Amino acid sequence: MKITMGAVVMGGTSVLYPTGAWRDQRPVIDHEACKSCDTCRDVCPDSSVFVQEDVYYIDYDFCKGCGLCAYECPVDAIAMILEEK
Amino acid sequence: MNASAQENRMELFAPGHRACHGCGMALSVRHILKATGNQVAVVTPTGCLETFSSPYGYSPWRVPWIHHLFENGPSVASGVAAALDAQGRGDVRVVAIGGDGSTFDIGFAALSGMFERDDDVLYICVDNGAYMNTGGQRSGATPTYASTTTDPVGKLRPGKLQHKKDLPAIVAAHGAAYVATASVAYRKDLQKKVKRAMEFHGARYLQIDTPCPSVWGFPSDHTLEVGRLGVASGLVPLFEMEYGNVTKVRKIKPITVDKYLRGQKRFRHLFADEQGAELVAKLQQMADANIAKYGLSSQSGGQ
Repeated sequence: MKITMGAVVMGGTSVLYPTGAWRDQRPVIDHEACKSCDTCRDVCPDSSVFVQEDVYYIDYDFCKGCGLCAYECPVDAIAMILEEK
Repeated sequence: MNASAQENRMELFAPGHRACHGCGMALSVRHILKATGNQVAVVTPTGCLETFSSPYGYSPWRVPWIHHLFENGPSVASGVAAALDAQGRGDVRVVAIGGDGSTFDIGFAALSGMFERDDDVLYICVDNGAYMNTGGQRSGATPTYASTTTDPVGKLRPGKLQHKKDLPAIVAAHGAAYVATASVAYRKDLQKKVKRAMEFHGARYLQIDTPCPSVWGFPSDHTLEVGRLGVASGLVPLFEMEYGNVTKVRKIKPITVDKYLRGQKRFRHLFADEQGAELVAKLQQMADANIAKYGLSSQSGGQ
């Protein structure tokens, strides 16, 4: 990575560093139980919940597996599953 | 509803930052920038936020952002505001986001100066109550009886003996137009307060309680639960002040402080013996004093 004089870095370049590799627990959404309330997207510190036509998905490239979405989900539609490699 | 993974990556505080699992600070910054929009320049003194958002060559910021020294956050923010003013760029506002170490302790003189000059800056303190980025040393914002690496629990001392500095009151005493406290556990309220603060000109202050799983010692999925318990106990009062007068408070149904303290490793010595019970009773008195002072209880009339 080349740094310019004054250490100016282009904005948003952090997306080149997928933090998903940090994860040891993987959130899995039960689409039957999900009520599309948007809580999981709201509470994610890593902006890793996305929506397509009202169906919610996890962006595993950046999800660190903190479990906030699963804990805050009002209908318990998200399970945390041990990541195996 | 649609919000694709690509749109998430285009958020003003993009993913890929290096905050710990379940970081309350990263989540609050994400919501702060949602509330301000992209016509802002952000100034960040040294602290967790600076460290995890500026690894060599990578930046999650999609707004102009500058990092400088620990002690001069407010001064640099004043300078950026003056430069924008000189260029006639009234459309771009300045937001400084610092941790409690730089706000309460190291940058306090510069903060006081900024509020005395009433420069057009919204100063936001993301308060996690210690110097987390170096492992959790005591700061002026550390709550009473919390164990830190520089105030460890032992035979002679039960953690920090002093009070948490009442910085909102100190800032309000400078005559600031707007002073408020918020919690990352209540993000709509947080966004509302940021938007309200942006309606004023001159120096404004917002203090956000951001629980830290790594150093407070709780599981990473409990960040918001701990935040809610702190607010409900009365130890973290949420209020808004305009020109020195409290205008709004968030009402609570008070719970006992032990429900908040028990889930955190930094307070576990309070539940080890009888002496601990006395200290919990003292913390309960502090919470009760907050509830009475701000009229927090939804049962009583209050403010």
